Amino acid sequence: MTINMGPQHPATHGVLRVVLQLDGEVVVKATPHLGHLHRGMEKLAESKTYHQAIPLTDRLDYTNAMGNNLAYVLAVEKLLGIEVPKRAQYLRVMMAELQRIAAHLIWLGTHVLDLGATTPIFYTFREREDILRIFEEVAGGRLTPTYLRIGGVSKDLPEGIEDKVKEFIQAFPDHVKEYETLLTKNVIWIKRTKEVGIISKEDAINWGVTGPTLRGSGVKYDVRKAFPYSSYEEFDFEIPIGSVGDVYDRYVVRLREMEWSNAIAEQALERLPKGPIIADDPRITLPPKDDVTQDIAALIRQFKIVSEGFYPPKGEVYASVEASKGELGFYIVSDGSNHPFRFRIRTPSFANLSALHKMIEGSLIADVVSTIGSIDIVLGEIDR
Amino acid sequence: MVETNLAVKKLKEKFPASVSEVKTFREEMTITVSKKDLFEICKFLYSDPDLQYHFLTDLCGVDFFPEAPRFEVVYHLYSLKNNQRLRLKTKVGDAESVLSVESIWKAANWYEREAFDLFGIPFENHPDLRRIMMWDGYEGYPLRKDFPVEGPDFDKPFVPEV
Repeated sequence: MTINMGPQHPATHGVLRVVLQLDGEVVVKATPHLGHLHRGMEKLAESKTYHQAIPLTDRLDYTNAMGNNLAYVLAVEKLLGIEVPKRAQYLRVMMAELQRIAAHLIWLGTHVLDLGATTPIFYTFREREDILRIFEEVAGGRLTPTYLRIGGVSKDLPEGIEDKVKEFIQAFPDHVKEYETLLTKNVIWIKRTKEVGIISKEDAINWGVTGPTLRGSGVKYDVRKAFPYSSYEEFDFEIPIGSVGDVYDRYVVRLREMEWSNAIAEQALERLPKGPIIADDPRITLPPKDDVTQDIAALIRQFKIVSEGFYPPKGEVYASVEASKGELGFYIVSDGSNHPFRFRIRTPSFANLSALHKMIEGSLIADVVSTIGSIDIVLGEIDR
Repeated sequence: MVETNLAVKKLKEKFPASVSEVKTFREEMTITVSKKDLFEICKFLYSDPDLQYHFLTDLCGVDFFPEAPRFEVVYHLYSLKNNQRLRLKTKVGDAESVLSVESIWKAANWYEREAFDLFGIPFENHPDLRRIMMWDGYEGYPLRKDFPVEGPDFDKPFVPEV
């Protein structure tokens, strides 16, 4: 029998359609069909200036907007060859790690909800709300903050926000324990996740899988450690890995990752250096907003950069970050003009989803729901 | 850096005629190779015990219209063993095909489908070369430079037959 799972199915986390060929309740073949959310972002960015492309990146993996911003601005900064002030780097790390926690909280809540546990989502969204409130105060936006700028960040921390972040960071380890009491030793949870959706180390590498899905299979690859960016080499953290590569291992890896993210955010807040938040390069970065209203030179600079942008050298760069789903990379080809010649986004969910059939063929149809939840796909970045 | 890179040295020894250009920009190594040896080079980079480029991070097309040859196919490789990235490029003309590397890296399966879908670059020996983002029956290749940003049919909504 052939059935269509999706495109409108709550457990496919968006508009994904998987055609399942079944033999009784066993999946014989699974074929994902994509493109329902294809917005032509790569094409669109080619007609925009480098600054104008930043908001597009928020809308890739909309649960991890800060991380997406970071990957893109790192690529452009590499292309330009400019240095980012230390304070901006630390702010970026802090925001990216808080965002990773928020993204993992969505994953945990929805994944568990798919498998029939209604309670945890209320817990995880409670904590996620705290993070979004912090983002709102810092950047002005909750889901798509567009906080990062080429050369730094858009504004400094508002007054009193440090205490709120500190409060969250101190409370969060206990919240993780709460989730664990609900799930980790829960018999139903274990039965639904252990030995389900297994992918071996070799297969995971060959299929280009990255992020917690790869680490669940026991491969110690994390872009933050392999190619440290934005001062990650100055933070103490470990990479949690699994051994079997099943749904349960990915669950444990993500839980541990949240704790480490919390630790990194704490270190960033404690050691936050003083100084400028954006590189001062009049050809590239925007002037401080207060100057724009008072100084004609700053106004001209603002106008030039917003309307015309800047002209990076000819060349091509690839820069990637460890986003919440895996390695998010931007490959930018510049022809020397003020907009990207080629704007390629290597998104983690795309590669992770391509390995889906490897994980579910031969297992029961109920395990498909469990496996799709565990690789944590976001269709916004698959279809782009 | 070019001289010290093991992959460049080995490739130049093994495929002296195919390596046409080696470039370093912002500490990233880019090797341009000829299309006919591409598959063998990929296989060598994958299987050589000192290199072990087991990870195909990305594969994409770039359109240089109106230059000829028109396209470039870009491979981003990563070696877990050496913690090293490598960019491999090959030039492809209009209506020319490239050998699929799907049999080396399974990850190439969808990436090649995407390059085929959005640029119209066909990949030989690909097991399942279908459109991936656009729907079946769609005409045109959106990421080509001569394709308008809003699409040629933006004011003529098209509903595919079911």
